[in-house]
Amino acid sequence: MQHKTMAQLAQALTNKEFSARELTEYYLQRIKQHDPALNCFVTVTAEQALQQAEQADARRAAGESTPLLGIPLAHQDLFCTQEVRTSCGSKMLDNFVAPYNAQLIEQLNQAGAVSLGKLNMDEFSMGCSGQTSFYGACNNPWDNSRIVGGAASGSAAAVAAGLAAASTAMDSGGDIRLPAAFNGLTGLKPTYGRVSRWGMTAYASSFDQAGFLTRTAEDSALLLNVCAGFDERDSTSAQEAVPDYSSTLKQPLTGLRIGIARALFNGDLNSHIGEAVLASAEQLQQLGATLVDIELPHAEHAVAIATIIGTAEASTNMSRFDGVRFGYRCENPRDLADLYQRSRSEGLGELVQRRTLLGAYYLSAEQYQDYYVQAQRIRRLVKQDYMEAFKQVDLILSPTSADLPRAVNATVDANADFLTQRYTVAANLAGLPALSLPVGLLEQLPVGAQLIAPHFHEARLLNAAHQYQQATDWHTRTPAGF
Amino acid sequence: MLTHQDVEKLAKLTQLALSDTALAEHLQALNQTTSLLSPIKNIATTTIEPLISPLEINQRLRADVVSETNQRDRYQSLAPAVENGLYLVPKVLD
Repeated sequence: MQHKTMAQLAQALTNKEFSARELTEYYLQRIKQHDPALNCFVTVTAEQALQQAEQADARRAAGESTPLLGIPLAHQDLFCTQEVRTSCGSKMLDNFVAPYNAQLIEQLNQAGAVSLGKLNMDEFSMGCSGQTSFYGACNNPWDNSRIVGGAASGSAAAVAAGLAAASTAMDSGGDIRLPAAFNGLTGLKPTYGRVSRWGMTAYASSFDQAGFLTRTAEDSALLLNVCAGFDERDSTSAQEAVPDYSSTLKQPLTGLRIGIARALFNGDLNSHIGEAVLASAEQLQQLGATLVDIELPHAEHAVAIATIIGTAEASTNMSRFDGVRFGYRCENPRDLADLYQRSRSEGLGELVQRRTLLGAYYLSAEQYQDYYVQAQRIRRLVKQDYMEAFKQVDLILSPTSADLPRAVNATVDANADFLTQRYTVAANLAGLPALSLPVGLLEQLPVGAQLIAPHFHEARLLNAAHQYQQATDWHTRTPAGF
Repeated sequence: MLTHQDVEKLAKLTQLALSDTALAEHLQALNQTTSLLSPIKNIATTTIEPLISPLEINQRLRADVVSETNQRDRYQSLAPAVENGLYLVPKVLD
């Protein structure tokens, strides 16, 4: 039951096998039972969830039968929610209750989805481990001796453990796709501007995109159908037509050209992961796709330039936390400088402070041209590589992660989290839609492959992933004990 | 290589009060990360226009009319200290 897809749950609700209220009670019970060990949730909104479920049941009784009606979801704790705390995993926002709902929350509420609560995350989306939250680490349901991945740690663990049917999250460099890969889920980062960023707390504003962690590509399509579209309150929202993403899932892959940059299957890539990804390419070939070798000559610089631009943008975004207008304020400030400095030093975690310093360094007058502007120039080259590649191919396939999630107690240097995004961050630099899907198991842990599509071609991504999932069962594997 | 003084300056710019231990740890980490980036300095880019936003869409304009209502009380209810519609901070001028 807890591992049913959203599509299966919607069918069961339509068949009156159970009500939305009963389904919500079931998930709330599972959260009560399993979340103390996993720490996926920062806030569980049981009362509100049951109210929403009853409203969904009433709408269904009145003849409505839309796909998200009564489906229990949970949201990463960086989407603003009226009357429910939005912490971003930080002490700074431990007391922050937004005066409005994020656009994505509003869209899902209107579609009749039930919100079970707000999910744990790396503080202000900084980190790829799930270990930097003020509310404690989120644990990996597959193996608690390994990190769960992040920044959207709770969004992944909750769905993998069957504590929610699907979740929302933000991807700034791999924050959806990496934990999706580590947890055997389908993780979708849509095109930059496809889903509104209004009310989504920023990490790096030119990278951030809202997306979903689901059990299947079919479920991702259901969520994207509701959330994609123009929002005048988001100045970077795209005015592009929104297709019905579910309607093209069943198209055969005949003639689909899938590019593989074999030069990127090197270095510290775990060879077994490389093999699993290439096996998925063969599977896609059997489904009718053609494999084409491509080159992405500047891809190797993606991590470096994303580190510069990402921390620069993050550093700027963090300046809004000043202890004056909202959020944490230190006790008994001596003067205004002391108020700013102690509120920020006490309210922000170590990694957030480090990235704020880093970003300020790359933006400083002495370094601006050498680092920040140079990174922006190379960002154009990275994007051009993809635009060139998409003249020959329809999708690009790669690993999502170079390795399995590291041990919780592993000693890592300051660059580990940046390097974890080796395969994922280029899609954020170029604003491209990308999806991670499960393609194998290694040491009893899930392995993910990533598909990247041209701008606004999410339908193609979802079609290929859905066809793959019709022919394989990797996406049906679940962690023992959950 | 960044120096101790560089990180002190950055801490001042970013309004962070750092202990000596924290400052030393940040210095080491900042240098580690910055060394990862050195290869990009050698890439020839003088003819390449910087890419600021991935889609390069022009910012939309709207009519210059008031579109928001006054919600001061609602927004100030989030603040640590307010009085008569003003945000309170320690005295800046004597």
